[in-house]
Amino acid sequence: MHSKSIAALGAGLRAGDYSSVDLTRAFLERIDRYDEDLNCFITLAPERALARAEAADKLIRSGEAGPLAGIPIAHKDIFCTNGLKTSCGSKMLDSFIAPYDATVVSRLDEAGAVMLGKTNMDEFAMGSSNETSHYGVVRNPWDRNLVPGGSSGGSAAAVAARLCVAATGTDTGGSIRQPAALCGITGLKPTYGRVSRYGMIAFASSLDQAGPLTRSAEDAAAILQAIAGFDRRDSTSAQEPVPDYSEQLEDPLVGLKIGLPKEYFNEGLDGEVARSIELAVDEYRRMGATVMDISLPNSGLSVATYYVVAPAECSSNLSRFDGVRFGYRCQEPKNLEDLYKRSRSEGFGAEVKRRILIGTYALSAGYYDAYYLKAQQIRHLISDDFRQAFEKVDVIMGPTSPTTAFAIGEKADDPVTMYLSDIYTIAANLAGLPGISIPVRPAAGRPVGLQIVGNYFQEAKLLNVAHRLQRESDWHLAEPLGFSSPSRI
Amino acid sequence: MQWETVIGLEIHAQLATRSKIFSGASTAFGAEPNTQACAVDLGLPGVLPVLNREAVVMAVRFSAAINADLERRSVFARKNYFYPDLPKGYQISQFELPIVGRGSVEILLEDGEIRTIGVTRAHLEEDAGKSLHGDFHGLTGIDLNRAGTPLLEIVSEPDMRSAKEAVAYARKIHQIVRYIGICDGNMQEGSFRADANVSVRRSGGELGTRAELKNLNSFRFLERAINFEVERQIDILESGGKVVQETRLYDPERDETRSMRSKEEANDYRYFPDPDLLPVELDDAFIAAAIEGMPELPDVRRVRFSEEYALGNSDAAQLTASRELADYYEATVEEGGDPRLAANWVTGELAAALNREGSDIGQSPITASMLAGLLQRISDNTISGKIAKQVFDAMWSSGGSADEIIENQGLKQITDSVALEGIVDEVVNANPSQVDAYRQADEKKQIKMLGFFVGQVMQASKGKANPKQVNELLRRKLTS
Repeated sequence: MHSKSIAALGAGLRAGDYSSVDLTRAFLERIDRYDEDLNCFITLAPERALARAEAADKLIRSGEAGPLAGIPIAHKDIFCTNGLKTSCGSKMLDSFIAPYDATVVSRLDEAGAVMLGKTNMDEFAMGSSNETSHYGVVRNPWDRNLVPGGSSGGSAAAVAARLCVAATGTDTGGSIRQPAALCGITGLKPTYGRVSRYGMIAFASSLDQAGPLTRSAEDAAAILQAIAGFDRRDSTSAQEPVPDYSEQLEDPLVGLKIGLPKEYFNEGLDGEVARSIELAVDEYRRMGATVMDISLPNSGLSVATYYVVAPAECSSNLSRFDGVRFGYRCQEPKNLEDLYKRSRSEGFGAEVKRRILIGTYALSAGYYDAYYLKAQQIRHLISDDFRQAFEKVDVIMGPTSPTTAFAIGEKADDPVTMYLSDIYTIAANLAGLPGISIPVRPAAGRPVGLQIVGNYFQEAKLLNVAHRLQRESDWHLAEPLGFSSPSRI
Repeated sequence: MQWETVIGLEIHAQLATRSKIFSGASTAFGAEPNTQACAVDLGLPGVLPVLNREAVVMAVRFSAAINADLERRSVFARKNYFYPDLPKGYQISQFELPIVGRGSVEILLEDGEIRTIGVTRAHLEEDAGKSLHGDFHGLTGIDLNRAGTPLLEIVSEPDMRSAKEAVAYARKIHQIVRYIGICDGNMQEGSFRADANVSVRRSGGELGTRAELKNLNSFRFLERAINFEVERQIDILESGGKVVQETRLYDPERDETRSMRSKEEANDYRYFPDPDLLPVELDDAFIAAAIEGMPELPDVRRVRFSEEYALGNSDAAQLTASRELADYYEATVEEGGDPRLAANWVTGELAAALNREGSDIGQSPITASMLAGLLQRISDNTISGKIAKQVFDAMWSSGGSADEIIENQGLKQITDSVALEGIVDEVVNANPSQVDAYRQADEKKQIKMLGFFVGQVMQASKGKANPKQVNELLRRKLTS
């Protein structure tokens, strides 16, 4: 049961083989059994979930239910949920209960999906290992000593361990794709503006984008279908019409032009990971695709550019957490300045503070031109690299992350090495392009992700390319051991 | 030593939109604290600003009104600083690319000279909330009702040379924003606020160091604060000191300015383009729709009034001071009131009455058509000017048309020559010695003495006698 796709589960629900309440109970049991160890969830909402499941069952019986009705999912704890704690992985928001739903949440709710709870994440989505969470590290289901990646580590691990059918995540520099790669699942970061950011707690507004973490491209298409589209509450959401993402899934790939950027296969890349990627590319060749080498000459500047733009925006976005209106407030402040200083010093963790300091510095008078403005200029160069590449190829492929999952604690004290974990994912955020990570052949028993980047609003193409590989191979069906029960449906 | 004063103003006009600039919450003044602040205004996590189209329309109208360079592309930026009444920790404003570029207005000085004052720019921004230092047991309360209220910040060039000019400029901007309906101009409620940058220099010399004056919530305070500040700076300079660049708060009770913070204490606002908002791109259709139906601007209307109605500059300026007053005047004329007479009455009797009651033209119990009715009776000699004031008072206090009042109170002027002759005869007969004196006097003296007899006749007729006819009759009777 827990290994079935959204489509298969939906068919079972509609056929009356089981109810959404049955499904929801089964997944809640799995969470109960396995999550104490994995720590994927910050908050569980069993009562709410069962009530929603009952409503979904009614809808299904009425015959009016859509494909997601009754499907148990989880939301990254960065999405505001009306009446339920939204912590963003931070002590700062440990007591925060939003009085509204994020658009992603309300759209999936309207589609009938059943939210089981809120998943663990790096604090304010700042991290690549889920180690910066106030709620403790998430363990990788493939090996409890490894990180699941981040920042959507809880969502990725939960889907990998089948504690939910699908989960939402956010991706500012790789936070959907990298944990998907490290946990052996499918993760899609849509084009900037494809999914509304309303109610999603901002890290870096010009880079943040929500997307699905799922077991397959087909499942990702179903989730994206529900959450994509213009939202009048987010001025940066795109007016672009939303296509039917399931329609192109099966399109043959004969004649598909794949570009391999030479910069993505450099010395920083683990040899085993490289071989897994090559193996997957060979599969595409077999399916009739043409593969060519391309260059993204400015991609070497991505990480540096990102670590100016993202901290700059976060330093401003996180100013509202000041202890005045909501969130953490220090004990007995002596005066206003003390209230600010101690609330923020005590409420934020080290990585968040590091980025606020970097960003504040980058925006300061006298440094703005040298850092922020320069970074924005380089951003244009990086976008331009992609624009030129897409004149020659349909999609760009490469590794999602330079290595497989690393050990918990291994990079925690070395932020720069940690930042390099996102070296291949960041450019898509800087350019606003869609990217997907799908599992390919594992390396030494650890999952490896293939990243596919497409042109603006080409999510259907990405899903098609990903799905065809998943039809021809079974890498995405591999499951971590030890998560087999219960499976009574 | 000759000192020259240099003044520039930053005016914040609260735009009269129904909802806030980035949220759907109401902008109405005076509600219970925090009842008009939604999640966006509170800066809750995850919420996003959405620009109010109406605020942009109003900025476009202002741009047209001051003949400014409207920027087809403007950008919202974040001004970052911490303050309890600033929910997000930044204010959304416009910095490098404001919506309204360079423009100008003309001000009329007391000596009749017209001066042009440059407007550097005007930009859209959101207002902050208010800190309440009331009964909170030593704590401070925050009211975020005002947070997110749209403001147009209008920045002038340092073109003003005296407090009076600064006031004339502020009044001109005040007049324009009210005319084009983008701001209610209410200074008590803070809908229209001015900060003044003041410096002094030796005539023709380099610009001096300026102080920024805040808390100037009336035109009177603006003038007094500048005058105080100019004297303060001259005193410092003449005694060999240096003016420091700082922000100073005006204290109306002590009529002085005092230091609030110096330049060193000023914030580094770390402006950067707000990634939550797209640049504002204006196309021809939007601009055309925005300025469609713009009312005639005050200066244009003033010139037209003086030409069309043959009014003096001062009357025309006074009558066009506000759109409501100008509309009232034109309605009075349209309803048949003589233009010059109407000008006299609107700026005279009516203005005085309104002033007495502390009300404005919109609250006048005498409508334009009522006033026109009264003026017609003056023009056609039904009543004299003096009686008209009596009718006016009656209209003011108890309503009714001029004709009804004249009829009911028997105030109709006596123009019947037989009746008038009777009264004149009575007066002549009752004052034989004055009649003798009149007859012996020279012509010049006679003119003076005639007043006595006219007075007697008016008294006897209770003011109703037609003065012109009385004059003629008396002259004839006294000389015969």
